Amino acid sequence: MRIAITSRGNSLESTLDQRFGHCKYFVIYDKQTGAVEIIPNPYCEVEEQAGTLAVKLLSSKNVSKIVSGEFGIKVKPILDSLNIQMIMYKNQNISIGKVIEMLNHNK
Amino acid sequence: MNICSLFLYRTFAHNMARLKIPRKVTNPPIVKGFKPYGPDLDSKKREPVILNFEEYEAFRMCDYDMYNHHQASALMNVSRPTFTRIYASARMKISKAFVEGRQIEIEGGKVYFDSDWFQCNSCGCDFNNPQRNISIQNCPLCGSSSVMRHTEDIQENTPFDANEDLCICTECGFTKKHHYGVPCRNEVCPTCKAPLTRKHH
Repeated sequence: MRIAITSRGNSLESTLDQRFGHCKYFVIYDKQTGAVEIIPNPYCEVEEQAGTLAVKLLSSKNVSKIVSGEFGIKVKPILDSLNIQMIMYKNQNISIGKVIEMLNHNK
Repeated sequence: MNICSLFLYRTFAHNMARLKIPRKVTNPPIVKGFKPYGPDLDSKKREPVILNFEEYEAFRMCDYDMYNHHQASALMNVSRPTFTRIYASARMKISKAFVEGRQIEIEGGKVYFDSDWFQCNSCGCDFNNPQRNISIQNCPLCGSSSVMRHTEDIQENTPFDANEDLCICTECGFTKKHHYGVPCRNEVCPTCKAPLTRKHH
């Protein structure tokens, strides 16, 4: 199971980005192998449709869950029809490492 | 709105079609369409019937889930007459495909998909349930089992004030509370054994 987490920086110490489409980096965590892939978001400067473009990118990476602060109104129906689970976590100061730790506790 | 603005509204707006309210679809179909089979069918040459998502949803709610039009329209976030129109169109298209042996393609329509949302009480995150047939037990983030379903936008199944109505006996005036879904004429007055009628609140 691959889980995408939106991040403000490119390390595990950086914090969770509260925006989905305009976040700086995506951290893709593979739960089976424990592998972490960090990809910069090419659409973080795009003014419109950033969310839908980001969904296309993540769905090509076979992501089944996305952890972020908030999802836009255009993104929610697309993710619903792609069967990708959205997790909204409002804590701004949590680091990506902590999120991965939480996901690991959950068996 | 005064007469003047009504006049202006009519002169400027009468050429434009009314905007459609997006219909809420909670259960998208598991297939993309249906194909007829048989020896004489040259189904490839015929145009398929295109069934919209909203029509599929209307058909599913009325004939599979057995909601009435009023309840189903509330669940789809449209008015009752609009729902009846969508449903009539769905039946027309399905019967056309049946009789003429055409394919059905389920696509399009002015809809938005909506799934159930949950909240975790231990970490405070919100999440949805994309797999509708599997019920949520644990929080996907922290694994805690104290999850709660969001309830603010879930409508009651009986949204009318029919609950307030009474069944009354025309002979003796005996009244009892109307039971939703049971016609009043099926109820019998205990004293005069006459069928009851509806008294609106």
